[in-house]
Amino acid sequence: MSALVDEQRLEAAPEDCAPPRIKPHTTAEIRRHLRTPKTLWCPGCSNGTITRALIDAVLGLAIDPEKLVVVAGIGCSGRISAYLEYSTVHTAHGRALAVATGAKAADPGLEIVVVMGDGDCAAIGGNHFIHAARRNVDLTAIVFNNSIYGMTGGQTSPTTHLGDKSTTSVYGNVEPAFDLCELAHAAGATYVARGTAWSYQQLVNVIAGGIVHKGFSMVEAMAVCPVYYGRFNLTPDPAEFLRLQKEHAVPAAKFEDETRSHERYPIGVLHHAERAEFTTGLAGLKERAREAGHA
Amino acid sequence: MAISVTEAAKAGVPVLLQGNEAVAEGAIAAGVRFYAGYPITPSTEIAEVLSRRLPEVGGTFIQMEDEIASIAAVCGASLAGAKALTATSGPGFSLMQEMIGFASMAQIPCVIVDVMRGGPSTGLPTDPAQGDVMQARWGTHGEHSVIALVPSSVEECYTLTVEAFNLSEQYRTPVIILSDALIGHMREAVTLPHPDKLRVAERGMPDCDPDEYDTVSSTIDNILPRPPLGSPFKVHVTGLVYNRRSGAPDTADPATAADLGRYLREKIYHHRDAIVRVEEVEMDGAEVAIFAYGSVARSAMAVVKKARAQGARVGMVRPITLWPFPTAAVARMAEQVRTVIVPEMNIKQMSWEVEAAVKGRAKVVDYGRVDGELITPEEILELVKPEFYYHRWEDT
Repeated sequence: MSALVDEQRLEAAPEDCAPPRIKPHTTAEIRRHLRTPKTLWCPGCSNGTITRALIDAVLGLAIDPEKLVVVAGIGCSGRISAYLEYSTVHTAHGRALAVATGAKAADPGLEIVVVMGDGDCAAIGGNHFIHAARRNVDLTAIVFNNSIYGMTGGQTSPTTHLGDKSTTSVYGNVEPAFDLCELAHAAGATYVARGTAWSYQQLVNVIAGGIVHKGFSMVEAMAVCPVYYGRFNLTPDPAEFLRLQKEHAVPAAKFEDETRSHERYPIGVLHHAERAEFTTGLAGLKERAREAGHA
Repeated sequence: MAISVTEAAKAGVPVLLQGNEAVAEGAIAAGVRFYAGYPITPSTEIAEVLSRRLPEVGGTFIQMEDEIASIAAVCGASLAGAKALTATSGPGFSLMQEMIGFASMAQIPCVIVDVMRGGPSTGLPTDPAQGDVMQARWGTHGEHSVIALVPSSVEECYTLTVEAFNLSEQYRTPVIILSDALIGHMREAVTLPHPDKLRVAERGMPDCDPDEYDTVSSTIDNILPRPPLGSPFKVHVTGLVYNRRSGAPDTADPATAADLGRYLREKIYHHRDAIVRVEEVEMDGAEVAIFAYGSVARSAMAVVKKARAQGARVGMVRPITLWPFPTAAVARMAEQVRTVIVPEMNIKQMSWEVEAAVKGRAKVVDYGRVDGELITPEEILELVKPEFYYHRWEDT
């Protein structure tokens, strides 16, 4: 349920919210969108998979790479900014959405994808996250959720589950985790989807759906972190971790009456609505101000 | 309003303006087309005026969720090609330090107005202070460069805002305007410069092919403009230490870090003679000088007039640029006078810096107030009198 009052709904949520179906691209095609083939991500990390899914979506939608801007935060996911051959900004921890809001408002012609980690987005950047969603800024936020702080070596994040172990929860985490999709929906995001590293094609499609959507889109990309999260909790084996991810993720259409947990969660487009978009509102405001100024 | 500020400037007629309004109008004249901010006393009028004025000229005003978001949005807008401004006061200025550091590191032109109030913490929200002058220089972590300007009048709120944007574009750096609650809320009748007479620096584009961009690099004497986001240059902007040529992050090579660190400092400090502006008042033959800035300089000016009228040779050195510190002007003053009096609405913040530049060549007398009250001409005169023990002061 949305936490907004006075929502300016443009039309009812579309009945069919299926995202575009993107044909996968060859590694050679993908490589042309990378500045470097080298990353600092650990073996078995999902970040490379999600990066490829983003490029696949960009290629599939035939977006001009010169018009595309990727704004990232700090953490393992933030490093994507240095790898992608687009205009890229590696901002400060948690601030990616605020920087992207300024860039989009100054130049609404930019196609902006914001990449954040779970701690980046929901802890230090939590305030910016709910307000970007409330404003319905036409940005596509992809949250790489590995349920832990990886870059700093495995500390508890706001998506670390109750009872999970981390280097700062050695006796088990006493805090519940955020459901980022529910949080985004409640805060006013108009396109909310979840994908997993396991279900690659589905992830590409929901990212593409987010980019196409006019308004604030949030795609939660469930990532495996065998080195930190897995070692302390599920499994340190990347393949086994991905297999567990496949078990835990349930297509949204089949999820209906199930109880959500970290071992049972829906994937796919979870929420899709049309509502007045922020930069469109700003453009209208400028028109009104100009008329008033000349009156 | 009978006549707009722009029309008054064109007609050369005086207009009654508040300091904060003058900052906002100066920003419009400087070509600012983006403002993001968060309400805070005593800076709020800047946001209020720009929320009305910016959309009229096709610009964007956003009230963000906090000051961190405000300066972050300003960085984003500047990277997208807009001249961008934010304004705040002490508590907000503290929050902004993180992204001021980012703007310094990533070399993002932008202007931050800090209308200083009493602190620390919530402090004295409606009273003037000058307690943020060192924070303006050293507030963010790490070695970086910064330019800070201090207006002493409503007119300077206007002209220095234009100059702040010129400096920020030229040197690709955040520029801080240190106003205070007195200057910000004071009203004066001012005749503003004709818009055609204002020098306004525009953001350029590097005159090279996008493919060559990674192979050219700025030098201290030729700071290349950064192409906007979403251009064929496909720039990478980062707060990590980066290679100045390619823009790629490089945290493994000490030589790369040294090159960037030195460059970020030297691109400002090498040009300090061109950047630094100081007003010298009645320094001809002065035996005692008052070093005063911002609202305190207004009281100091009254003292200089009173002392000179009575035959006591008192002058004033007023830094308009506080950072980089006007070391050369202070050194020159130290050679000439026997005493330098430094009244300021903080405790010794700039007098330390004055002492460092005076290097024992003159006596430095510091005087600070942190009670939210202005430093009056009478208080300063009482500091001047002992330095002229042989002089008979008439009561006035």
